Amino acid sequence: MGEKVLMKGNEAMAEAAIMAGCHHYFGYPITPQTEVAAYMSKRLPKIDGGVFLQAESEIAAINMVIGVASTGKRVMTSSSSPGISLKSEGISYLAGCDLPALIVNVQRGGPGLGGIQPSQSDYFQATRGSGHGDYHMIVLAPASVQEMVNLTFKGFDLADKYRMTSMILADGTMGQMMEPVSLELGEVKNYDKSWALTGTKLERKPNIVNSLFLKPDELEVFNFNRFDRYKTIEENEVMYEEYKMEDAEICIVAFGVAARVSQNAIDAARAKGIKVGMIRPITLWPFPKKPLLAAADKVKAFVSVELNMGQMKEDIELATRCKKPVLLANRTGGMIPTVENILAKIDEADKI
Amino acid sequence: MVVFEKPKALTDAPLHYCPGCTHGIIHRLVAEAIDELGIQGRTIGVAPVGCSVFAYNYFDVDMVQAAHGRAPAVATGVKRSDPNNIVFTYQGDGDLAAIGTAETVHSAARGENITVIFVNNAIYGMTGGQMAPTTLPGQVTQTSPYGRDVEKVGYPVKVCEMLSQIDGAYYLERVAVNNVKNVKKAKAAIKKAFRNQIDGKGFSLVEVISTCPTNWGKSPVDALAWVDEKMIPYYPLGVYKDKDGATNE
Repeated sequence: MGEKVLMKGNEAMAEAAIMAGCHHYFGYPITPQTEVAAYMSKRLPKIDGGVFLQAESEIAAINMVIGVASTGKRVMTSSSSPGISLKSEGISYLAGCDLPALIVNVQRGGPGLGGIQPSQSDYFQATRGSGHGDYHMIVLAPASVQEMVNLTFKGFDLADKYRMTSMILADGTMGQMMEPVSLELGEVKNYDKSWALTGTKLERKPNIVNSLFLKPDELEVFNFNRFDRYKTIEENEVMYEEYKMEDAEICIVAFGVAARVSQNAIDAARAKGIKVGMIRPITLWPFPKKPLLAAADKVKAFVSVELNMGQMKEDIELATRCKKPVLLANRTGGMIPTVENILAKIDEADKI
Repeated sequence: MVVFEKPKALTDAPLHYCPGCTHGIIHRLVAEAIDELGIQGRTIGVAPVGCSVFAYNYFDVDMVQAAHGRAPAVATGVKRSDPNNIVFTYQGDGDLAAIGTAETVHSAARGENITVIFVNNAIYGMTGGQMAPTTLPGQVTQTSPYGRDVEKVGYPVKVCEMLSQIDGAYYLERVAVNNVKNVKKAKAAIKKAFRNQIDGKGFSLVEVISTCPTNWGKSPVDALAWVDEKMIPYYPLGVYKDKDGATNE
C-alpha cells in the first residue's frame, strides 16, 4: 500500500469513480449523499471532457445516465433511498438495454420520506432489482472508506464486463465517516463496446439501444440470455469476508456498518468464552450462498445483524435451507444496533 | 434524372403507422433534413414511448429508445457524452407534454443543444385514443367520452407558447403537414432546428400538428381538414421564439 490520505467516505468514493474513468456524473441533491455531487461539481469541470450536471429530478438524472451509458462511456449517479425509488424506472431500462452504469445508494431510514440517519432498509429493493421486470444489479456493500473506494473501482469494472448496473449499497455512516485510504487502484480495464451509440460515421449499420420486444418469444430469449449471464456472475463474482469462523459455533451475518459493530460484539462475546464468528457479505447480489450453506453444517445458529426489519435474514434462511435457526439483531428507522443489542442475541443463540 | 427518392437517413423498414397518419411525412422531413445537412453519420436519435416508439427501426442512424417522457434527459446524456454528435428526440404529445413535462421544460431551460421534434395529434394513439394533454376542449376520446370538459379536467397545454417564456429556449416553431404548403414550411423549420444544433445555438423544438384518423374516427382526408378547422385555430402555426431574430408573424 502506498501513501494514505484521510478522506470522507462519500468523497473518497467520488474520487475512486473518477480514477475508474467515470467523467460523467448526474445527480440531484438529497441527504446524506450530497457530498458526492459537491465533490464531482468541483472535480469534473477540471477534467477534459468531464461533465457534472445537476438534473431537475432523480428521474432526469438516471435518464441522463442512460444517455451517456448508451454511448459507451463510464457514468454514474448517486442518491439516497427516496431518490433511488424515483430512479428505479431508469434502472429497469438500464437492465433491459444491457447498459453498464454505477449507481450509489447511501441509504437512509424509510419508508416514505423516513429520516436521514443510516439504514439498510433498501436491501430488498437493491437485491431484487428495484424496478419492474426480471433483472438483477450487482450489489456491493462497503464496510469501510477503503472499501467505498475499492468497490467503486470494481463496480465500474463489473458493470462493463457484464453490461449491467452495479450498485454501491452504502449507508449514511459509510458516507459520512473519515478513514485513511489508499487510492492506488491499478489499471482501468477496457471492454468491447462495439454496441455503443457513437454515430455510424457511415461505416456500419446503426446500433440500437432498446428494451422493447413486443414478440414474447423474442423477449423471453433476451431474459434467458441475461439470466445465463447472471449465473456466471453468481459463480465467479461472489465476495465475502470471514471473521473468526474457524471454530465458531454461532455465525453472525452482517454487512456495512452492522458488520463493524458486530466485530466488536464478537470480540466481547469471545472474551466471555462464546465462540462467535462472522460471514460478511461484500456482494449482496450475488449473495454468498455457498459459504453460508457450508457454515450451516458447523454452527448451531446464525444471527443476522441488520439496520432494517430483517430483510437479509430471509436470504440467509434461503441460502442455508433453514438448516439452523436464524436470529435477528436489528434496529431500524436510522438507529444502529449496539454491541449490547448484538450480545443479547448472541446469548440467546448460545442457549440453542 | 432522379427527381424523387427515399432519403438515405430512412431505412427500408415498412412503416407501421395507420393509413392517413402523418407520422410518415414527418419521418421523411426529418430524414431529408439529415441528408441535406450531411449529418447522417454523426446523428443519434432518441425514440419515445407512443406510436413512434419504433422510430429506431425507421431512421438509419444510431438510436436509443427512452422511457415514457424521458427522451430529452436521455438526449442530454447522449449529447454531453460527445457534443460533436447531432442528437434529436422524436416525441408525441403524451410523451412530451404530460409524463415528460419536466424533462421538456428543463432541457429547454438549460438551453440543451438538441433538436426536439414534437408531434402533436391531440390524442394518445398507441394505447387506443385516450385524452391527451393536447386534446381540444370538447373533443371526444376513449377517456373523455362526453367530450373534454375543461371545468373538470382543465385545458390543453400549448407547448410552444409555454416554452417561449423560457430564456434557455433558442428556437420554437409550430408547423403542420396537412397540405403541400404546410409541408414545405415544416421541412424548413425542421431543417433549421437541426442547423441550429450544428451551429451550437441550443434548444430547438418544432411542434408538428399531426393527424390520428384512426382514433379521431375520421377518414384520412377528413382528418386533414379537421387540422385546419379545429387544431390550427387552437394551436396557431408560426414561430414562437427565435433568438436569430424572427418572431411569430
